[in-house]
Amino acid sequence: MDLRLLDEVATDAERDAVDTLLGAPASGWEGGTRQDSDLRYARGGHAARDQRDLLLPALHAVNDRVGWISRGALNHICRRLTVPPAEAYAVASFYAMFALHERPRRVVHLCTDIACAASGSGALRDRLTARLGPPGGHSDGPPDAPGTTWHESPCLGMCERAPAALALEAGSPARYAVAAPATPDALDSLAAAPPTEGSATSVSDAQAPTTARAPADTADTDPSAHGSEHTAAPAATHGCSPDGHAPGATTYASEPLHGGAPEPDPAAAVPDAGSPDHVLLSRIGRVDPLSLDDYRAAGGYAALREALRLGPAGVIREVTDSGLVGRGGAAFPTGRKWSATAQQPDTPHYLVCNADESEPGTFKDRVLMEGDPFSVVEAMTVAGYAIGARTGYLYIRGEYPRALRHLENALAQARERGLLGPDVLGSGFSFDIEIRRGAGAYICGEETAIFGSIEGQRGEPRTKPPFPVEKGLFGKPTTVNNVETLVNVLPVLLMGGPAYAAVGTDGSTGPKLFCVSGGVRRPGLYELPFGATLGDLVEAAGGMPEGRSIRAVLLGGAAGTFVRGDELDIPLTFEGARAAGTSLGSGVVLVLDDTADLGATLARVAAFFRDESCGQCVPCRVGTVRQEESLLRLRSGASPPRSYRCCGRSAGPCGTPPSAAWARPRGTPWSRRSTGSASTPGPTPTAPAPRTPTTHGTPTPRTPQSRATGLRPRRPDDRPRTPAHPRRLIDATIDGATVRVPEGTTVLEACTAEGTEVPTLCHGDTLTPATPAACAWWRWRAPAPWPPPAPASWRRA
Amino acid sequence: MRRSADHSNPLDRLTRPLVREHGELRPATWEEALDRAAAGFRAGVERHGPDSFGMLSCARATNEMNFVAQKFTRVVVGTNNVDSCNRTCHAPSVAGLSAAFGSGGGTSSYAEIEDTDLIVVWGGNPRYAHPIFFQHVLKGVRNGARLFVVDPRRTPTAEWADRWFGLNVGTDIPLAHAVGREILHAGLANESFVERATSGLDEYRALVEPWTLAAAEAETGVPAEAIRELAHTYARAERAQLCWTLGITEHHNATDNVRALINLSLLTGHVGRHGSGLNPLRGQNNVQGGGDMGAIPDRLAGFQDILDDEVRAPFERAWGRSIQGRKGLNLTQMFEAMEERELRTLYVIGENPVQSEPETHKTTARLRALDHLVVQDIFLTRTAELADVVLPASAAWCESDGTFTNSERRVQLVRKALDPPEGARDDIEIMCALATRLGHDWERPSAEEIWDEVRSLSPMHRGMSYARLAEHDGIQWPCYSEDTLEPSYLHSRLWSKDPVERGEPAPFGIVGHSPPVDLLDEDFPFRLTTGRRLDDYNTGVQTSGFSSPLRRGELLDLSPEDAAKLGIEDGETVRVTSRRGSVLVPASVTESMRPGLVFMTFHFPHQVDTQLLTIDATDPIAGTAEYKAAAVRIERVGPLPPELRREVPG
Repeated sequence: MDLRLLDEVATDAERDAVDTLLGAPASGWEGGTRQDSDLRYARGGHAARDQRDLLLPALHAVNDRVGWISRGALNHICRRLTVPPAEAYAVASFYAMFALHERPRRVVHLCTDIACAASGSGALRDRLTARLGPPGGHSDGPPDAPGTTWHESPCLGMCERAPAALALEAGSPARYAVAAPATPDALDSLAAAPPTEGSATSVSDAQAPTTARAPADTADTDPSAHGSEHTAAPAATHGCSPDGHAPGATTYASEPLHGGAPEPDPAAAVPDAGSPDHVLLSRIGRVDPLSLDDYRAAGGYAALREALRLGPAGVIREVTDSGLVGRGGAAFPTGRKWSATAQQPDTPHYLVCNADESEPGTFKDRVLMEGDPFSVVEAMTVAGYAIGARTGYLYIRGEYPRALRHLENALAQARERGLLGPDVLGSGFSFDIEIRRGAGAYICGEETAIFGSIEGQRGEPRTKPPFPVEKGLFGKPTTVNNVETLVNVLPVLLMGGPAYAAVGTDGSTGPKLFCVSGGVRRPGLYELPFGATLGDLVEAAGGMPEGRSIRAVLLGGAAGTFVRGDELDIPLTFEGARAAGTSLGSGVVLVLDDTADLGATLARVAAFFRDESCGQCVPCRVGTVRQEESLLRLRSGASPPRSYRCCGRSAGPCGTPPSAAWARPRGTPWSRRSTGSASTPGPTPTAPAPRTPTTHGTPTPRTPQSRATGLRPRRPDDRPRTPAHPRRLIDATIDGATVRVPEGTTVLEACTAEGTEVPTLCHGDTLTPATPAACAWWRWRAPAPWPPPAPASWRRA
Repeated sequence: MRRSADHSNPLDRLTRPLVREHGELRPATWEEALDRAAAGFRAGVERHGPDSFGMLSCARATNEMNFVAQKFTRVVVGTNNVDSCNRTCHAPSVAGLSAAFGSGGGTSSYAEIEDTDLIVVWGGNPRYAHPIFFQHVLKGVRNGARLFVVDPRRTPTAEWADRWFGLNVGTDIPLAHAVGREILHAGLANESFVERATSGLDEYRALVEPWTLAAAEAETGVPAEAIRELAHTYARAERAQLCWTLGITEHHNATDNVRALINLSLLTGHVGRHGSGLNPLRGQNNVQGGGDMGAIPDRLAGFQDILDDEVRAPFERAWGRSIQGRKGLNLTQMFEAMEERELRTLYVIGENPVQSEPETHKTTARLRALDHLVVQDIFLTRTAELADVVLPASAAWCESDGTFTNSERRVQLVRKALDPPEGARDDIEIMCALATRLGHDWERPSAEEIWDEVRSLSPMHRGMSYARLAEHDGIQWPCYSEDTLEPSYLHSRLWSKDPVERGEPAPFGIVGHSPPVDLLDEDFPFRLTTGRRLDDYNTGVQTSGFSSPLRRGELLDLSPEDAAKLGIEDGETVRVTSRRGSVLVPASVTESMRPGLVFMTFHFPHQVDTQLLTIDATDPIAGTAEYKAAAVRIERVGPLPPELRREVPG
């Protein structure tokens, strides 16, 4: 590999963090001390380059230990993994949770996303600003531990107890604390300056693990949980085998922060926990999530035994018969995906469990992983068995420290009992699971971006075809399934495919989890069989508080759509949602009451997509910015946005651009369907603009009417719109129609004046035209879902 | 771009002929220059006989140019004293391969490098020096091939490798013999191939028997276990490619080195099959073709032995003149003959021996001693500065039609894209004009006409018409008829069951170890080895004009350990002294070097004349000099006075 390493040197702590993950370097060439033997012999090549997938864990290791990734640390990682520093930098800078400049050890992530914003995160933001300064600032602390910094964060997946805040503190071990709902006091304790690293270490050294953990996480759970967690935890959290890289040792769960407010039991997220109607949530709140024995006592691992009895083809048949479709949002038939992967001749096959639950408003996977982690492990084992995989990757988002702890514990226990490993249940089937922890990138939940992230590349979506079942992770056949989808496989096997298919409707089988948040009385995770209506769900969640009414419901998360409060009869099935012009997405049901600021919500959605666009494709990278600008203009009462519909048509490999633009059209105050909402506190709806009179005769100054169609004023120093001398008029022919415009008018302006809508991307209010070519993409990339305008031909008058 | 004041910008193309008058070069007309050049040659031949003439042909020019150059030498002058700079790189490879297999080319094709299981690069840094070839290596690596690199330095190529073996400079034969012995002792030799297609195994077995792993470790420095790994991996690979470059050939016993490597392929059957072969990596675009065209002292076009009467006959018939039935002088011998005043006139086309030959002072003195030196080049090189007549030529790769032959023996068409600058002339046209003045009425033939003459005389090029070359994007030799294409690899005959088809068995080379001539001692404790860097090419005549962000000028690479011991900082100028000369050069401290080993290039002769340090001990068979092993000492000099500080070229 052509490595041009940097001159910077890693500190001992950084080096130790990386070497704890990767094992001690085998030679001077790999970052150890140069020895005589290194002068005559070196290993490298394939073996060295094949470690690339450890880049993300290595970056985490450093970020967790010292709070940021210095050039020296990056250099050491690059040498250890044979990665060019420029590429490692490209990866490190891709993720929001990594800092490449020195920062305080403790970082408070305050969720300001839609659910939390609707629950008052704005006041908390002001409070943190007053205390720590603007985002990225920090309080003054002792020189060796300069306090705490904070950031506004996208959805933290704790919407049922919004507003939420998460504090992460680097150290050995790294620590975390959650405040949700974040009361001002709880937030203040997160924002407190952390103890100096030395004293923190001494505290943790002084305390036995049992007491170290007692104040926080498990304080409110069954006391029996303590023992079981602590027996397994050392293996999970410090379980690096002597050779450095055992499966499962690529993540290191952080410890709860001392003195942090105790986090409620995972079951608290399920208001009707223990309901006999639950299938997917049946164990939540009833079994100890840290005890394999408890899981087995509640029917765990019966499905795996059944799967081994059926054989891989039998499992796929049951799953196909069940009609199970993916629960992550795309609703692809799971059986077909598995069967396609299993049939691929290329080997090895991989399973990826997508637990990068980042869709704002979604928290179902978190609850499953925290409350019933063994079911995820068992379901992955079944899926791996069916598709012929020996390795499964569980990719969990970086903001879920407790879920990570519980999963690490579950893996360690499952391995110990032979439920993972070379000979699962004595069947000869070999399967193990590696956890990979994301680092704050929404796009990594996309099914191909997740491959890049696991492989140690930037998490950028890939073009399809080839589809993941042919060329997925590491270029090999791969099945990617959402956590909820996988957990559904257990009842499929236990009930039998046809029996499962009898639950729900014809088009949507089985039970479904809904993440209800916002203005309802009892927000939380609800399990309903397919077929219930939106109204049923709102009712199950306790309905609206006295005096409040539903203004709008966001279905499917930021990538979903709004429905109005009078559309509660929409059936919550895939086909029903589709018929109503919306989609279930990941099961987000965010209820906005009549006090909600819809404009602010939309602006937050737009900001989210602007922030989370991976930047690979121009329409999304630029279009999300333009979209946010439009919304902000609209909120401020300025002219309504020009249509950037082009941004909403996918020209890239992933679904983000359409999703980003999707949230706007329906149910918004200025869409046609919502003209009845007169009490809108947001911007006043604009009446549909009349068709612009084309300019005839001498040019006239712009009128407000003409502005409304998109011919907008420019800055004063721009080309004068009212010239001192009358300009010549020229005739332009657009789509066969003649329009007379002043000389110097752009084609775009002429088209707009004529009434032909031209989708534009790079045209902005604050920009003067430089080159017309930047928009060329839509002409030949998009399959013209709207009629592209015929080229305008010019003729001098 | 600033250059040292004592040298005109080599990027300024020559556009006017120059002739020497009162010791100075002055512009002249073409007529005058050609007359003077021809007169000098005529006088030399008349006074001292044809063997007092020597021709250095250009390995960068077309096959057609090289063919005409050797024809000029053999027909117009009547001597076999024609050679090119391939003498300084791969003549030993040609000699070694010919001795074993009867022909001197690499045996495999680029596509096979991509389709093999193991690539061993021995004494080469193709990542820097052969970047095009290395693209094929990388494709192979991406297809799963393992890459092993044997080199004293941990080069950028070695950084790509699965294993690197850092042997002592000049201990390739002990390492190869130890690998051979290990293969034999482990029972990994390919017995059916050895029995069928080779001869001399018993002698070979006896030869390598002393080279136990321990003995080889003591001599080469490579750990015994690593040698064992190399032997077993090479022998067990289903397909393996053994590639080498100047680390093998720029030694005083270079042909022996090549033979030692070939022995390994004979032992394991890694030759004559798809994906398995032996590949000397050629450095210049047409260094293969120059030899193929007969621009070497001992072969006629098509690599045909000049000593063979039956081979010479058709040439003599075609050219209407008898050809001497003995070998001419090779480049090294020519320079020796200059010293002894046996060689009086020299015609140099596109070569710069002043800066590419070892021991610059000696080379310059020898060239000055000539009666008549004609240099035909596109730039005013250091060699041209010594000439009596300088003839401005065209650049082969873009200003002339013709063909090149690459390292995989593929003859490819070159098409003229530009006219030469006003005043410069095509090489062939110049030679024809000289021939006419020397009594041979050569009309300027087209490139295709020359090529057709080659085809009529060289069986292995016979099937390569220009039309066919265009159709197939180049054809690999041999190509005996216009109807067929041979396999992409050579020597498949060795695998034949039929003894007649199999032909002559390939003999094991019985070659002993001979350490580098320039011995290390207390006064000269460092081993200096030379090589190339990525952005520069040979003496920099053609590359120094292009700026590169990577170029740092000439450097002395040395290990951190030695730098610490000598108190040398990175970038500090140090004095490097060998038994022959001394230069000042900035030091570069790099972990790719080990204690006792230092490295320089010869890309920047205006800044640092590395050839002042190198030794001219040469290989007796091929005449290649031992650039790779000199003994030097390194001293700190402290801050330099400003007038001695040189700008970094580029």
